[in-house]
Parts: sequence; C-alpha cells; structure tokens
Amino acid sequence: MTPKFKAQAGTFESSDIMVLIEPVSEETGRQIDISSTVMLQFEEDIKNTINQVLDDLDIQNVHLIAKDKGALTPTIKARVEAAVKRSLGIQEGTM
Amino acid sequence: MARKKRRSMLYIPGNNPAMIQQAGVYGCDAVLLDLEDAVALNQKDAARILVRNMLQSVEFYDTEVCVRVNNMHTPFGLADLEEIVPLQPDNIRFPKTESVQDVKDFMKEVRRIEKEHGIKKPTMTIHVMIETAKGVANVYEIAGADPRIDAITIGGQDLTADMGIVKTPDGVGIDYARKRIVMAGKAHGLDVLDTVFADINDEEGLREETEYIKKIGFAGKALINPRQVDGVHEVFNPTENEVRKAYRVYSEFIRNKNAGIGVFAIDGKMVDAPVVQRAITVLEYANIDLKEIEESVAS
Repeated sequence: MTPKFKAQAGTFESSDIMVLIEPVSEETGRQIDISSTVMLQFEEDIKNTINQVLDDLDIQNVHLIAKDKGALTPTIKARVEAAVKRSLGIQEGTM
Repeated sequence: MARKKRRSMLYIPGNNPAMIQQAGVYGCDAVLLDLEDAVALNQKDAARILVRNMLQSVEFYDTEVCVRVNNMHTPFGLADLEEIVPLQPDNIRFPKTESVQDVKDFMKEVRRIEKEHGIKKPTMTIHVMIETAKGVANVYEIAGADPRIDAITIGGQDLTADMGIVKTPDGVGIDYARKRIVMAGKAHGLDVLDTVFADINDEEGLREETEYIKKIGFAGKALINPRQVDGVHEVFNPTENEVRKAYRVYSEFIRNKNAGIGVFAIDGKMVDAPVVQRAITVLEYANIDLKEIEESVAS
C-alpha cells in the first residue's frame, strides 16, 4: 500500500513520539528521519520498530519523520500505525 | 478467594502514553483507560491504537485494568470493541447505558468478537455506567441484564447535564440517583462505584464525599488524579479497632460453627449472619486471609 496523504500522529509530550508521513512516488523506497532525546542509545531500536510496523502494514514507499521524546516501543508502534492509517485514508485524524 | 477491592479507580486518558505506562505504580486498585470523554474527537483512532498496544506490553502488576469504550451509538463504539475485546482486559466500561436493549446490543457485539477470535472462556467482565435520567429510571433491569456485569457506576457530570442542573459540592442533585443505583446494584450482587470528584485541590471535599458514599453503600470511587488515591483509600480502609473486632467475630464464628452453634454472643451482643458478613468484608479490606483464621481456630 502507498500513503496518499500527509498525516501525523502523536505529540511532542514526554514519553511520546510525533510521527509525520509524507507520500512519495513509487519505487522511492523508505526514507526514515529520526530525531530523539535518546538518539545515541536507541536510534537503531526506534528505526527497527518503525520498520517492523511499516513491514506489517506493507508500506514500501514513504517518507517518515519521527520526533521522539523517549517513547516506549508500544507507543512508537501505535503512533506509526496511526499515522500510516491516516495517510492511507482508512482512519480519521488530524492533517 | 477474597473479593477484589475497587476502592479507587483512576481514569487515565487513552491518548496519554506517559500516564498509561505508569498506570501500574499509582497504587490505585484499578485503572480506567479512557477512550471516551478524555479523548478529543479527532484523536479517537490514535487513542484506540495506543491503548491496544499498551495493553499488550505494559506491566500493570496487580492493578485491575478496565477500558472505557465509546457508546455504541457513536461512530467509535464498535471500532473500540473490535480492537479491545480480543485482548480481554479485566473489564470493559460501557458508558451512557439507558436500557436493557443497550446492554443486549453491546453484549451481542462483544460475544461476536470473542467468537471470531476463538475466545471460548472469556474472562472480561462488564461495568455499566448510568449517566442519564432514563438510565437511572431503568437501572434495576440494566443491572441484571447480563451475567457478565459485575459492577455498576454513576457518571455524575453527564447525569447532571442530562438533568439540566449544576453538580454542586454537596451532591444533592444526584443523591437520589446514587441511592437508587446502589440499591439496584446490591440487589444483583454487583460492586457499585461512585463518580469522580472534579476538584483535585480540595482534599477535604474529596474526603467528605468519599465518607458519604461509603456510608450509603458504594464500594469505591472513580478518580481523575493519582493524588486522590491515598485519601480515598484512607476512608475505605478499616481502622485498627474495626479489624480487631472483625477478627474476633470471625474467629468466634468459626469456633461456634465447628461446634454446631449458629447464633452466639460477644460481650453480650448477638452475632448472626449479617454481623459475620460485615466482619468478613472488613477482613478482606484489611488483606487478612480468612483461611489463616480458620486454621488457627482449628489448631
């Protein structure tokens, strides 16, 4: 599946992560930009979690921007899923 | 097994990961992960997904976990059930229940989802919320509408809005509803739980209200801030004198029962079944194991 709309989910609150999705053209692949308050320790973990959710939802082409404030894995998973579903137009939400 | 205590049930907004991940350490008896009034309309989807992920990952220790879903008459109610029911939290709280038909409609969906997910022995119980004048009028029938209902609760804010009155600190406007809901719940053997106390800075007011609702039969109270937990527990916890008296009553009850005597006296006062039942309730609130008392009497 390919994201159709710009979408976001999450907040800039502590223990949360703001995920923004931008549609890209086919064959572009995944571009994931992460900034985090725990970047040095957890960048790879965050990226792996994001990729796992994108795999589960079969999203191959996307630009995903994540601004992390120390979110736990289930929060990261939830925010990525919500943003992707909003970008696919299958769930209501902001943007 | 001792009855589960529900002195304090803390509402946690379903879209707040920081609070959900700490839910197990607030010290309350139960947490209410809220998908309804605490979540903005344009965040319902995100909250539902977050709560589903948190239920699968977060350690809540021995805190009972309840999820308040949206009413089935909204666009969100069924979607909430589809996500939450398969995970079987301890309970689901069903808001704005007005009739037996509401319960039937809701339980039909719950059972369908459980069947679709192969859940043959569901453990999740149901809490019904009474928040409208119509719900108060029908509360006895609602309380008995399904065997999986194990608690009934009053939603004071919505009820006063429905009645067109202002919720005052003395609670006079909802007093009839409180007592009617208590009677209906007790008649069906349910826990009856009180509404929130909205002013988190008024500790004295919270204490007075909790003392009152305890006196008229509520088993506990919904809270909106972790700061309210200790105050409510202090009211519901028995005093040392009450525990000592209850221990004595229960010990004598077991001793007399073993001797084949039904009614007996302590300090000149008759002890019968209701007195023993009250003693058991006190001992359970004090976390005293009845079996240990029985064994110590027998030895």
